[in-house]
Amino acid sequence: MAERAPAGGLAGLLERLGHAASSKIWRLGYAARFFVYILLHSGTALRRFGLTIREIYFSGVLSLIIILVSGLFVGMVLGLQGYDTLQRYGSSEALGILVALSLVRELGPVVAGLLFASRAGSAITAEIGLMKATEQIAAMEMMAVDPIARVVAPRFWAGVISMPLLAALFSAMGIFGGYLVGVRLIGVDEGAFWSQMQSSVDVREDIMNGVIKSIVFGIAVTWIAVFEGYDAAPTAEGVSGATTRTVVTSSLAILALDFVLTALMFTGGNAR
Amino acid sequence: MKRSTIDIWVGAFVAAGFAGLLFLALKVGNLASFSTSQTYQVQAKFANIGGLKVRAPIKSAGVVVGRVSDIKFDNESYEAIVTFNVDAHYKFPRDTSAKILTSGLLGEQYVGLEAGGDAAMLKEGERLRLTQSAVVLENLISQFLFNKAAEGKDSKDGK
Repeated sequence: MAERAPAGGLAGLLERLGHAASSKIWRLGYAARFFVYILLHSGTALRRFGLTIREIYFSGVLSLIIILVSGLFVGMVLGLQGYDTLQRYGSSEALGILVALSLVRELGPVVAGLLFASRAGSAITAEIGLMKATEQIAAMEMMAVDPIARVVAPRFWAGVISMPLLAALFSAMGIFGGYLVGVRLIGVDEGAFWSQMQSSVDVREDIMNGVIKSIVFGIAVTWIAVFEGYDAAPTAEGVSGATTRTVVTSSLAILALDFVLTALMFTGGNAR
Repeated sequence: MKRSTIDIWVGAFVAAGFAGLLFLALKVGNLASFSTSQTYQVQAKFANIGGLKVRAPIKSAGVVVGRVSDIKFDNESYEAIVTFNVDAHYKFPRDTSAKILTSGLLGEQYVGLEAGGDAAMLKEGERLRLTQSAVVLENLISQFLFNKAAEGKDSKDGK
């Protein structure tokens, strides 16, 4: 049986494929159990809210700069590009609709989510991974402190709370940027810009759906971040690999979830 | 960093987040114009509603007075039943007529109300008697083509 390992034949290929698939599925199941475990042990995070507030500071407040600046610039670029295209059809007044709808429905939650994953998600993974590598987690267990309740759950809830607020600020800042470029710089009529925007952006259909998206992305990103950190191999390489995986996996998860949510939210309404 | 400083920053962040949401709801969305005032429901039957959609505006003299709340198909008269909510501020006579109009040449469709002269006002759940269907572009074009063809034939016969 010793010569079985390097088998280049079909059996070896199948074996490797099977191993890869089953380990992926096992990891997914472990992540799901971890998620349930966080939910069950989030009592401390909510009762001792100071812990969560501290994490909101690290993942929310410190992400503000990048979120606000990118929101402003995305909005300004939308204003320029949108105007350039719309004025060809003589409907430059619709600039407000274009900027607001694209930000509130898609760009706000998605881009804020991607930035949040790379700014806060990676930090969460690195922190938890390093705590594991330096055996702080094991020490907590020794002292009968549940590391999930004390370390993981506050970070999870902080991310879930921060993400919708960051996405809303991103959208608001982007619309302000679109206003700056469209109205102040190019000279689209201010009244038309706001009134057309208001007449076609619906609070429930567009804004609420955007908020729901950002909540879902917040859950996905922080779940992936805390899981990768907690699951990281306790070495320098393990932590760096886990941080990379957090950013890659959560970015892909955001894009995939965005497609699913958009298909659920915005096609059902149009079919009526 | 001291704990109170962190609290202040988080408080400011949460407040700013909610201010952003409020800005989106009030300035960008239509929550402000979407007053919680009372509405009353009126129905109208149309032979053809064209591209009318739920939530399309109800306008009278160009002013939005309500929104379409439901569109159903009546399987007995083979007509569309459009239900709409009119703001309770606006009263209309009972013989008001409803038309399906288009804003701009190819814009969205809305219901236009034209007030009649009846002394009694519309009440909750009443049905408008006078309606005019949507103009379907294809019908219009085919009518025009048939007219043209008929004209050409007439002038040939006349010679």
